[in-house]
Amino acid sequence: MNTTRRTVLKGATASGVLAGLIAAGALRPTQVLAADWNKAAFDAKDTSAALKGLGAGTAAESKDLILKVPDIAENGAVVPVDVTSNIPNTSSIAILVDKNPTALSAMFTFANGALPDVSARIKMGQTSLVKAVAKAGDKFYVAQKEVKVTVGGCGG
Amino acid sequence: MADPMKIRAQMKGDVAEIRILMGHAMETGQRKDAAGNTVPAHFIQTITIDVGGKRVVDGQTGTAISRNPVFGFKMKGAKVGDKVVVNWVDNKGDKRTDEATVA
Amino acid sequence: MKSHVALMAALSVALVGPAAAQTKDANAEFEKFRAEMEESSPAELFEARGEELWKAKRGPNKVSLAESCDLGQGLGNVEGAYVRTPRYFADADAVMDIERRLVWCMVEKQGFKFEDIAKKPFQGANDNNAPDITNLVTYVASGSRNMKFDMPLHDAKVRDAFETGKAMAAYRAGPYDFSCNTCHGTDGKRIRMQNLPNLATSEGAIRGVQGWPGYRMTGGVMLTSQWRMNDCFRQQRFPEPKYASQAVTNLIAYMTGNANGQLYKGPGIKR
Repeated sequence: MNTTRRTVLKGATASGVLAGLIAAGALRPTQVLAADWNKAAFDAKDTSAALKGLGAGTAAESKDLILKVPDIAENGAVVPVDVTSNIPNTSSIAILVDKNPTALSAMFTFANGALPDVSARIKMGQTSLVKAVAKAGDKFYVAQKEVKVTVGGCGG
Repeated sequence: MADPMKIRAQMKGDVAEIRILMGHAMETGQRKDAAGNTVPAHFIQTITIDVGGKRVVDGQTGTAISRNPVFGFKMKGAKVGDKVVVNWVDNKGDKRTDEATVA
Repeated sequence: MKSHVALMAALSVALVGPAAAQTKDANAEFEKFRAEMEESSPAELFEARGEELWKAKRGPNKVSLAESCDLGQGLGNVEGAYVRTPRYFADADAVMDIERRLVWCMVEKQGFKFEDIAKKPFQGANDNNAPDITNLVTYVASGSRNMKFDMPLHDAKVRDAFETGKAMAAYRAGPYDFSCNTCHGTDGKRIRMQNLPNLATSEGAIRGVQGWPGYRMTGGVMLTSQWRMNDCFRQQRFPEPKYASQAVTNLIAYMTGNANGQLYKGPGIKR
């Protein structure tokens, strides 16, 4: 995404054009630091549209992609998710919840020694399938599991 | 001003485990306050982690990440003393950068 | 009103209901992920804010609590203070739990007005920030992490608070003729999926005091033991006690006394 512009920026840094662009308000400095937020993917209501936004049309189920979530969550506001990919050359992992208002929760790209392994805590509006989607080379893989969301008792 | 992050980075064998706790409301934009008004979405959108001066994780997050987010990552090739720099930016442009050292 | 009574009747049946096996599985599943949740608890954020507040010169008198407040372990010392309260404080001539003591110090030493603190003593669901007092309690509690509860029950005044708390726990009143012990006085009861501790036992009492102050996943807020006690009153449809009242200290003394000798793991995480 935005490879062209990032390449331009890389070249521009040395020549000092970048500072000018920032000063002119053409660029927020943060865009230099982080990849742009993928609005299309995050705004997508359902999983297939979100996957499309990530450039992942079809994903094959893989046993080498390990998704750890509770069978039943104590509280839908905080559901622990852990994804580990044993698929060679995994470069990114996305976490999606089918029945959330917007399906995509998060997406991580790994480089420079980072293992394709992430844990996060997500919100779930209701009982739903949770999906992990990994990218390896130019292929996509998926693992999924249902998480039941319970109704609470009193204040613990 | 956002709370400082709590960052822990620890070597376990040849793998560095990095855990990050961030103070953020992570408002979905779907909740109503006591007066019945919708609370506008306010959430972290991008997260970066640099270790020893190199970008190791580039993350993007949506409204479904829990309030006061916690993330865990693992990496090879880090060593004790390496500097870990974590940065987040939210949808309103608020941001925070904090550092820790691999122990 | 009538339907409420019916609901409560149904609820009491559920307390000893037949779905026990399912609950057991669910609880095993909750436990499995609890360690992971506790590994990084958002409570740490509140702890950090509390530490700043503890050390900052504040209030009309512009003094810090660190230089003026004695939590029972010597001036400014927070280590072990949480697991050794409630205790008797001669300067206040009262048995106080840690929150009451901190409020007392804020009023007497820093010059804050009690009414101002009591205006909003607890974090509301989805409030972005916890009140200062909650952050302070969380910081002080972190100074007792991995220490054993050691409330001075041998002190006659503390014993008195404990006995009063015990009597209060058994006191049936309110529109539903409830007492604390209706739910928390015998083994093996539950509400929905949550098992309820029997506070009369050491194992039950530690479950009652463990994890407080706690980060509550519902609403993402930090809450103290004082809040929990107030909410018990509310749930029983009792009139709620005034903030930092002696009644609440007594109940906390009853539970803490029963939990004496057990390990406190520090500020925790609650559903």
